[in-house]
Amino acid sequence: MYRKSLSFPYFLWAAAFIIIPLLFIVYYGLTDRSGAFTLDNLVAIATAEHSKALFLSLGLSLLSTAICLLLAYPLALILSGSRLGKSGFVIFLFVLPMWMNFLLRTLAWVVLLDTNGVLDSIFKFLGLPRFKIINTPAAIVFGMVYDFLPFMILPIYNVISKIDTNVIHAARDLGASSFQTLYKIIFPLSLPGVISGITMVFIPSLTTFVISTLLGGGKILLIGNVIEQEFMKGTSWHVGSGLSLVLMLFIIASMVFSSRYDNGEGNVL
Amino acid sequence: MIKKWFGRTYLFLIVLFLYAPIVTLMVLSFNNSRTSVKWGGFSLKWYQQLFDNSTILSALGNTLLLAVLSAAIATLLGTSAAIAIHHMKKREQNICMSIVNIPMLNAEIVTGIAFMLLFITAGDLLSVAGIHFEMGFGTVLIGHITFNLPYVVLSVMPKLKQLNTSMYEAALDLGAGERQAFFRIVLPDIMPGVLSGFLLSFTMSLDDFVITHFVKGLGADTLSTLIYSELRKGIKPEMYALSTIMFLAVFIILLFVNLKPRELPSAEKKR
Repeated sequence: MYRKSLSFPYFLWAAAFIIIPLLFIVYYGLTDRSGAFTLDNLVAIATAEHSKALFLSLGLSLLSTAICLLLAYPLALILSGSRLGKSGFVIFLFVLPMWMNFLLRTLAWVVLLDTNGVLDSIFKFLGLPRFKIINTPAAIVFGMVYDFLPFMILPIYNVISKIDTNVIHAARDLGASSFQTLYKIIFPLSLPGVISGITMVFIPSLTTFVISTLLGGGKILLIGNVIEQEFMKGTSWHVGSGLSLVLMLFIIASMVFSSRYDNGEGNVL
Repeated sequence: MIKKWFGRTYLFLIVLFLYAPIVTLMVLSFNNSRTSVKWGGFSLKWYQQLFDNSTILSALGNTLLLAVLSAAIATLLGTSAAIAIHHMKKREQNICMSIVNIPMLNAEIVTGIAFMLLFITAGDLLSVAGIHFEMGFGTVLIGHITFNLPYVVLSVMPKLKQLNTSMYEAALDLGAGERQAFFRIVLPDIMPGVLSGFLLSFTMSLDDFVITHFVKGLGADTLSTLIYSELRKGIKPEMYALSTIMFLAVFIILLFVNLKPRELPSAEKKR
């Protein structure tokens, strides 16, 4: 039963639908309409419009990754220390929202964040400054944090809950304060989860075009929006592929960064 | 005590953050007024109209069919690949796993446009040969199977690592055929991984928008692409009603599934 031939259907599939499609992007990105080799599509990132979109995407996705990490780490600590952490409850809690359509979930924030929307009214009632973030980059960051937070929580929680409690007890016995234990023992051991969480949030945030369309009011263009328009509005597949290649450089860089720390334990599953 | 109280509050706030939009959508599905900004009283009319809306129902049909088919095929392909990869040498294993991970780690938009370029080129080549091929349900299915595969492989792998190989060898020694030993011994042991791979794939397929957007061509709308095309005109409240039904249905199913294994560990402790 354990023959290598078992993997043939899979690798045939992987070659046809994973490897070859990526080669198509490379081909289109490095050629012009006539099929001649060119670097123009890569250089296209330097135009004012494109580089502005790229830097905005980088800024917003770094910010949302940082916020996700700050929110998720304490939560993972709390969950792994409580009874709720046992059983499949944690996965259940954070996977369940995915059963409500992703677009609708994000759109619901329009109702909540809108001027005179639910949150704004609460702020007004409490006499706080008005809460007007819809159609701004802040709303996009908000949407990114909302959509990708579970991808930060699950890997960190997974790694922390597997830390040998004896190690923690030993640290406490030897006189470490709870802050020292956290800083010197738990955090370094949880690093694979943190790194895997960072890539799982950073890459989708960097490349999204849906969140910016839904919460940015269609005026704020991220690099994902630019690429999507090159393909769906029929401008140029070659330029679109070239920009995707530039984007893939960032993706590969962050994967290399994560694989240096990942020993396979940081997986979501 | 204070620490515990703080922990509970923090957990509650995060859960509130994650579930607030879901509650909003549920409330909107009972809203009598058509606009989402004003509450016009309680009403079930969107639930009634949902069942007369053939566009939404056919998109629902496509979405569910895609989710079932893509999850089933990905589970079959992914499980057999996981078994083969598990028995490779460490070096080969690493190379294979990095290929497996590509669709999960790569940006969805890149996967989407890569598929689009592949399918359009394939269509052009095939039309030279006189075969008509264009993007539709079939290409969406291929896309969904592909991005589901890593989830299946990654759910099955850990179960294979926990597997006791002497059980399998004992079965062979006692005269079981390889096939028999696999289905009687190995498969039941890795079943939880296979099932969670299937369930995860089903969820991913159901929730996908980006890849479907690029490979659906003119036909084959799913719920996600239908919602996206309705963005400018405004989302039909029937959609809120449908997603409320789907969410509650899954909530109840998962609650039942999750309640059972939770009783097991406590029973073990008592022993």
